[in-house]
Amino acid sequence: MNLTAKLRSDTLIIRVEEDRLDAAVAIRFKDRMREETAPASARVVLDLSRVVFLDSSGLGAVVAVMKSLAPDRRLELAGLTPNVEKVFRLTRMDTVFPIHANADAALAEGLRDAG
Amino acid sequence: MLAERRGLTEPRPTRGTAQVFHLSFLADPLSVRAALCATRARFARQMSEDEAGTLELVLAEVLNNIVEHGYGADETGTITLSMVRDRCSMICSVSDDGVELPARCLDHLWDGAPSRPAPEDLPEGGFGWFLIRDLAEDLGYHREGGRNLLAFRLPLQAFSSDETEADSDHP
Repeated sequence: MNLTAKLRSDTLIIRVEEDRLDAAVAIRFKDRMREETAPASARVVLDLSRVVFLDSSGLGAVVAVMKSLAPDRRLELAGLTPNVEKVFRLTRMDTVFPIHANADAALAEGLRDAG
Repeated sequence: MLAERRGLTEPRPTRGTAQVFHLSFLADPLSVRAALCATRARFARQMSEDEAGTLELVLAEVLNNIVEHGYGADETGTITLSMVRDRCSMICSVSDDGVELPARCLDHLWDGAPSRPAPEDLPEGGFGWFLIRDLAEDLGYHREGGRNLLAFRLPLQAFSSDETEADSDHP
């Protein structure tokens, strides 16, 4: 499970460097996210732009990460590809995550809120 | 578009001649992943990107459920997947030798609409069967001789949809 993380001002952007976030990697994803979100940051944005397939195990793992960050930090999502977006929409879980078109849009929104 | 045109030049599948796509594989997460990719590649030219994504999602939920609950952590087993593309749907059947499917998984067959886990509760599970019931049609289950058989249909846009005039004489 490859993740890359970068800190831009107060925002931690974690990109999933995998094509699939599924049952085969869901547990490792949660473990790796725990490591990558250890540094303090005001915001955590999960960049899913490379992921073309998400199943219910992957979705459950994303929810688990969100819960592990609460109440101090909220998990935001960015770059949902069509099939990934569909899973969030069908399950209505798109209503509980802030969702940005891409990582840049997520960063821009943070700047706007700060200004 | 190309795929749809290609569909026109192929013999129209008719009863008795439709080709069955058959796959048998070990019930573990990576084998399931490989089976999903093989299935997607096999049918890529016969459906839209969106339909292929939906099919992959439903199959993933059905297959992962067997890996997790049908066989359990210490057991190994095989899963057999059979699929037929007919004019307006994909017909799928999945069989395994794992434990019996709990009746509650198919409650909706009698109770109506499938229940969606409440988003505000931040559920980490329970989405799998919701997605299967929400997306698959004519879902049926049969157990005989220690073997589970789950079958369903996924509606697809009819073959050569941009040439509907040509097809309208053959409902």
